[in-house]
Amino acid sequence: MPLDVLIVDDSAAIRKIVQRMLTQAQVPVGKVLEAGDGVEALAALRQHPVQLVLTDINMPNMDGLQLLGQIRGSADWAKIPVIMITTEGGEAKVMEAVQRGANGYVRKPFTADQIKQKLDGLF
Amino acid sequence: MMQFEHMVNTVTAITQEVCQTMLGMEVEVGAAYVDRNPPGPSHGIISLIGLAGAWMGTGSLCCSGDAACKLSSRFLMTEFAEVNEEVLDAMAELTNMIIGNFKTAAEEHLGPLGLSIPTVIYGMSFSARSAGKEEWLIVPFAFEGHTLDVRLCLTPNRGLSHLVAPAAAQAAR
Repeated sequence: MPLDVLIVDDSAAIRKIVQRMLTQAQVPVGKVLEAGDGVEALAALRQHPVQLVLTDINMPNMDGLQLLGQIRGSADWAKIPVIMITTEGGEAKVMEAVQRGANGYVRKPFTADQIKQKLDGLF
Repeated sequence: MMQFEHMVNTVTAITQEVCQTMLGMEVEVGAAYVDRNPPGPSHGIISLIGLAGAWMGTGSLCCSGDAACKLSSRFLMTEFAEVNEEVLDAMAELTNMIIGNFKTAAEEHLGPLGLSIPTVIYGMSFSARSAGKEEWLIVPFAFEGHTLDVRLCLTPNRGLSHLVAPAAAQAAR
């Protein structure tokens, strides 16, 4: 069954690249929602439920870790898999994301195979 | 403190990895040098990102508009003949990746650092100056007849001097 996906990044370029890489990785994608920060992401989730969230960490207004906290704290969204895609590759940041409930962590620069590997264990 | 050679090697490895992975492009590193307040390009693109913590400074990418179009075309797999919003966004993200990964590597030596949101400036006739007198490390890269400069300036944060290790502060003097 195709996955409806929410891609969250303040860079439109990265949102486009992530979408392209999901296709390259042959991930069955249905509807793709885009958001430029955590606030927009929450608004998008309220409008349309998704089966996967791919999010950056460093973003204005609400960062990816805050967004992750909001998702995990919501009865409706708590079980949605969340993959972080970020330049924040330090061990402390990775641990923080995992402790807050991230299902995977991909460091930029990244490949379609790396995204596929993270998703293989989830679906 | 990161020594000059280590900084150059780190910037080189990261830039080559980003270009290879995201652009499918090999870039050739040139001779790195240090300059005090180097002038920005008179035309083209400067993409800037701030670093802050016990050390603070700026990382930037500088190139011509044509070079930015070439890099962005590879990045987004869309042909760009002129600089537009998508090219500026792509350059901001390349800066974020290169300087962001440098930040992660530098944190081993300099402690935790924060990263600002990138700012990209494009114009036909302008100059850029840093208000400080600190030295900039400049690592030039060549690709397909174009050049891309990766520039870094880092200095101890005097307001947070208690967070700077004594040996690091001494090495910086």
